[in-house]
Amino acid sequence: MSRTLRLTFAISAAVVLAGVLLYTSFAGSAEARQPSELREAKAGVDYRLTGVVVPGTVKRQGEKLLFHVRDRKGQASVPVSYSGQVPDPFREGREVIVTVRQGPEGKGGAFTGKPDSLVTKCPSKFDDGSESAATKTS
Amino acid sequence: MALLGHGLLALALAVALYGAGASIAAARIAATDGPRGAAWQRSGRRAAYALAALLTASFLLLEVLFVRTDLRFEVVADHSSATTPLLYRIAAPWSSQEGSLLLWAWFLSLWTALILWRLGRRMSDVVPWAQAVLLALAGAFLAMLTFLTPPFTTLDQVPIAGVGLSPLLQYPSMMIHPPMLYGGYTLFAVPFAFAVGALIAGRVGAEWIQATRRFALGAWLLLGIGLVLGARWSYAELGWGGYWGWDAVENAGLMPWVLGTAFLHSVMIQEKRGMLRTWNVSLILGVGVLCVLGTFIVRSGVLSSIHAFGASTLGIPFLLLLVVMAGGSIALVTWRRDVLRSEHRIDSLLSREAFFLAGNVVLVALVVVILWGTFFPLIGELITGQQRPLETVWWGRFVGPLALIVTLLMGLGPLAAWRRTTGAHAWRQVRGPLAVVVVAVVAAGILGGLARVDVAIAVVAGGFVLGAVGQELQRGARARRGASGEPLPLALVRQVARNRRRYGGYLVHAGIAVLVIAVAASSGFKEQRRIHAEVGDRFSVGGYDLRYEKAIGDWETSRDGGSEQLRKIILGARVGVYRDGRRIETIEPTREYYPSTDTSLGPVSRFFLGEAATEVALDTGATRDLWVAMAPDGDALAAVLTAIDKRLEKTEAPFANSAQAAVNVAAFYRARPSAITFQVIVAPGVTWIWIGSLLALLGGLLAIWPAADAQTRRVRAGYRARVVRDLGRAPAGD
Repeated sequence: MSRTLRLTFAISAAVVLAGVLLYTSFAGSAEARQPSELREAKAGVDYRLTGVVVPGTVKRQGEKLLFHVRDRKGQASVPVSYSGQVPDPFREGREVIVTVRQGPEGKGGAFTGKPDSLVTKCPSKFDDGSESAATKTS
Repeated sequence: MALLGHGLLALALAVALYGAGASIAAARIAATDGPRGAAWQRSGRRAAYALAALLTASFLLLEVLFVRTDLRFEVVADHSSATTPLLYRIAAPWSSQEGSLLLWAWFLSLWTALILWRLGRRMSDVVPWAQAVLLALAGAFLAMLTFLTPPFTTLDQVPIAGVGLSPLLQYPSMMIHPPMLYGGYTLFAVPFAFAVGALIAGRVGAEWIQATRRFALGAWLLLGIGLVLGARWSYAELGWGGYWGWDAVENAGLMPWVLGTAFLHSVMIQEKRGMLRTWNVSLILGVGVLCVLGTFIVRSGVLSSIHAFGASTLGIPFLLLLVVMAGGSIALVTWRRDVLRSEHRIDSLLSREAFFLAGNVVLVALVVVILWGTFFPLIGELITGQQRPLETVWWGRFVGPLALIVTLLMGLGPLAAWRRTTGAHAWRQVRGPLAVVVVAVVAAGILGGLARVDVAIAVVAGGFVLGAVGQELQRGARARRGASGEPLPLALVRQVARNRRRYGGYLVHAGIAVLVIAVAASSGFKEQRRIHAEVGDRFSVGGYDLRYEKAIGDWETSRDGGSEQLRKIILGARVGVYRDGRRIETIEPTREYYPSTDTSLGPVSRFFLGEAATEVALDTGATRDLWVAMAPDGDALAAVLTAIDKRLEKTEAPFANSAQAAVNVAAFYRARPSAITFQVIVAPGVTWIWIGSLLALLGGLLAIWPAADAQTRRVRAGYRARVVRDLGRAPAGD
């Protein structure tokens, strides 16, 4: 096989792989939305809700976990009713990602979380020093 | 202490930069003035030794601060406390950004000193450049440690208590998981640096590969151990029942490991036949970049959001380092493309080198897929303006098939002959492994393992690899017995001991085959249920009957100076496990609550609303695992806590007896428990994931272990490499 032919083959394979990856990735992912972006949520559509768990809103009702998620930088929040695995790092004030869709109550009601889709920020990632216990001197 | 720490790091930075400069000077002057070049080289080398000594002192100093819980230091106050057990205080430095970067730089300095000491005066044209790269890399990390995230920063006001190590990280394997990963990343920096040195010096034969082979193998081994320990932690501690979640942090360690696997295989072709030089240097340069990329992913915040990246302290410096490493690598390979060109081509598609190369291509494709998936949220954000996290199923669609193809090639590769395999030889080689495949398929069919196509394919591919490994062991032992007259078991042991690299590799293949079958079976046939139960309730999952018999309400204390402190509250359940009507054991899943320092949560609530960790009850077995986690009904507990908080807040000193009140809540829970949500998983073959991993890692250890006559062989290998370089073909013999 000549060098040109091999190069053409390799580039073609790379282009095809990139195309397949791009297509399947968009098909296999839901748009991440902050609570303020979910006001116009459509019924029956999955959204990846990202934001911070609002302190004082976490309640457990039987197998269901109820909590509010607010924008990372903002006050807009939405209620979520979730059933499924709850990661240990889940806490009030923590960043979460959960796949949701509009609940049976429709607009204004709680969003229903997809079972086992709740993800919390991994504790092995490093903070940027924002949670320091006190102020620095040197 | 702070002055000493800052001073050590500043001196280390100066030494690293001087050493890098001296090494470059040595390389440039050596061509025109040999003695002066040698003097600069010696000076650069001494700088590397001094750097190792300085960073050893720095890291030990940091350890002393953590062991003594010196809360004057910010890093200690934020990541440890007096109530943290001693072993976890020792491990706490690498749970912090500063400590982990220092660990990274320290390891790198140790490996740099080790390789320079081992090589002595050999490879005098390549070593100065490699030395410069290693010292410059250490310098980059030290610059970040000195100017951006100094570990010895002190606090204005010393806090009464430290924040403590996250309870989720208080798990034995998590003590050694990060050092294993950093050890792997930094060990891979050695072959990376020597590849750069070989390219600059134009000495692109196999010497740099042989000089750094053990470092590459060691890196592969340590990264592998780190990944397995992380998976085990995830399974036994994180309370979701899985061992791999395709989290960016996990992927960061997996990518260099997979690409390193490709490198360790393809270098054999260069050593044997002088081929694939461009491919090999590209692979190891890629591995080096991925190791720093892994560190970047964890620290830059880039994958949380593109916007978080800008806010991160370390994002831009790491990005610059990556650009220099990746850009420099591409430029070097392009510059040296003529000397890298191999004179030989693959003779036949039915040859060992063709199978190795095919395996390499699939491994590289696997890395591309993982890299793409890891960065897709960012790519999606760049294209659409919205983050697009991938669903878990996406990973299985690509990674599963690619892993199965690699497994099959892993079986075929060692069976094929170098250069060309005839049809008759191929049949002689594959019929034994095919017989093992038939046995494996029948056994899987009896166990019901063929109900899923992916599991069936994994059994075929894995069975073939196990058959191929068994056949190679048997043939090797028989050949030795024929030559020496030794009994077969002794011949097998001696054959393996004399060819550690080869048989170590086979053991790795066998371990990976077991791992692949176990992963397919455990994910394909997993049964799970979530049950809301009261004391006395019974429920069934995957052939097990469980009975919630009794609530657990307990606590643990630890000594902080002279006083006893409440360390954690434990709420849990005693569960009887029955199978076929017979009680087989009692398990106790619990949830542990660690006190928060945030007093605004309430005098008693602060003992329950801080960090919490699930302690999973695991019943492991050869065929299946029973995994049980629990969570108490939060509402019922919250009502009790709120009532007690209100009562205590009316007293003069609400926090005076709050720990005793928290203990009373635990005792109350034990006597009058609320309902519990159990998460129960029954999965087959999980134990074999750990057994397969252990086999693979033992194989890696066998391959890296030096033989008694290592020195003689090294000289012979060096000679062979020179012959290959000079003649452009493999000499006869082994």
